[in-house]
Amino acid sequence: MATGYTIKRNQYFDSVFLMQVAKRLSEEPGIEQVAALMGTEKNKGLLAKIGFENAEISSAAANDLIIALKGKSPSTIEVILENLDAWLFRKPVGVTKAVSRTLDEALARQPHANLAVVSLPGEYAAGEARRALERGLNVFLFSSNVPVEDELSLKQYARERGLIVMGPDCGTAIIAGVGIGFANVVRPGPIGVIGSTGTGLQEFTSLVHQGGSGISHAIGTGSGDLSDAIGGISTLSALQALEADPQTNVVAVLSKPPGAKTLPLLVERLNRCRKPVVACFLGIRKYPSENDIGFETARTLDEAATLATQLATGKPVVRTGVGSQQVQALVAKERAGMAPEQKYIRGIFAGGTFCYQAQQVMREAGLVVYSNAPLDGMLSLADPLRSEAHTLVDMGAEMFTEGRPHPMIDATLRRERILAEAQHPQVAVLLLDFILGYNASPDPVGDLLETIAEAKLTASQRGGYLSVVASVCGTETDPQNLREQTRALEEGGVVVLPSSAQTALFSRTLALSL
Amino acid sequence: MKTKLEELLQNGPVVISLGVREFAESLQDQGVEVVHVDWSPPAGGDAEMAELLDKLL
Repeated sequence: MATGYTIKRNQYFDSVFLMQVAKRLSEEPGIEQVAALMGTEKNKGLLAKIGFENAEISSAAANDLIIALKGKSPSTIEVILENLDAWLFRKPVGVTKAVSRTLDEALARQPHANLAVVSLPGEYAAGEARRALERGLNVFLFSSNVPVEDELSLKQYARERGLIVMGPDCGTAIIAGVGIGFANVVRPGPIGVIGSTGTGLQEFTSLVHQGGSGISHAIGTGSGDLSDAIGGISTLSALQALEADPQTNVVAVLSKPPGAKTLPLLVERLNRCRKPVVACFLGIRKYPSENDIGFETARTLDEAATLATQLATGKPVVRTGVGSQQVQALVAKERAGMAPEQKYIRGIFAGGTFCYQAQQVMREAGLVVYSNAPLDGMLSLADPLRSEAHTLVDMGAEMFTEGRPHPMIDATLRRERILAEAQHPQVAVLLLDFILGYNASPDPVGDLLETIAEAKLTASQRGGYLSVVASVCGTETDPQNLREQTRALEEGGVVVLPSSAQTALFSRTLALSL
Repeated sequence: MKTKLEELLQNGPVVISLGVREFAESLQDQGVEVVHVDWSPPAGGDAEMAELLDKLL
């Protein structure tokens, strides 16, 4: 085993780009392990763990790039390290060649800017977001690991000035037809939606599009906005803006259960909304005063999209879903080849909200499942890397994504996990989600097709049958194209249903029939 | 009078992007006016110095 590294001083690259560089380098013949990291204390700790530790590496700072390689021969590593500039090349953004190095330089070039999209490392994100607010910009804050006290102070500051902070930990938004972050290409229309759940917003907007209506705005608020620490500041600002927005006729609010103190305040505000409201608080067991709810409530994202579309169009939504007779037939077909010991569902999710929603669907039928992100009443996996009985795993959880791209971008970890699940003779159903849209993998289904085939083969060689059930979140206008992705899955023997909630329901029905 | 958030919804985004370059590129592909900041950690990545500068500036 040969090793080598290079430090490039004063060359900062964002982590998403460096993960891509690391992935490309790791695909080079003779290369076994790659780290491409900025020299922060945390990253230097990670490097030490894989055997790269010395005074020179210790001296690197947060704007020094460190590339460390392990491979078969010293010459392979040497060739790459000598030609690193070619690996690090990227075309400039923007039509002009001028480079802005600070927010103020950028503002001088674009004085009409009204939104800052901030996706910097957590420790710097709040400072830049504050600077943007001070200059009168709204903020889309993708970064996670922003301390809650910073989130609160940013949001209070924004509220006083009629601005919004979408985030921290906000993955998606659609503003006047423009997708920001991970967003799907959907038709413009009369439904405005506010969400503290990223994949929830993507599923909702895609299902509204498929139901024939469209989206005025989809405003992400960040996962913690409805906690009692924040009190829903961004949600309430967004609600007020959608109420005033002439393009919006119906308002939807999506989230996991709001904090105990925040929920009654939110319910009270939604009751006063001048436009029809649909609320979906996934995982909630009971509203504080059910008799006083003056708006529509939905149990699943699917139901929320249907209700909102019906309110907006005045017509019932006809979905291409699977009717109950067809479900029974499909269950019988999927069950037919299974061995007697096959009984468990294994859900391997890219979207955290889908994992959460699936648990709710299981809970409604009294099915207890294990998860690394358990819903109230479900069981916590002792080891997130090892499934037990019925297990639903959120592969986007921090322990899986530290130093790695999210499973929406890179399928490596999902591939490994699916193959591991297929080794267990008791596994009957593999439950999957695929997420399309801007900034997601260019071919999410293609990334896993061979793996699915291999998993199915493993089960059949044992004398059983592995049922693979999946949904694709997206539209036919997404760069990856919903129809093509769906067709590829169906050709691979996968049961594809029109929403993630329906896949959970189908898997539940199938598991309960075994 | 409209708030800045209401103006954003009405006029659509004009963006300054800091961080992940793909986000700026996907906005540009949609025809949005976007200026990407070629950001690097302040004070050469020295956290204490950066905090000090933040207070001074």
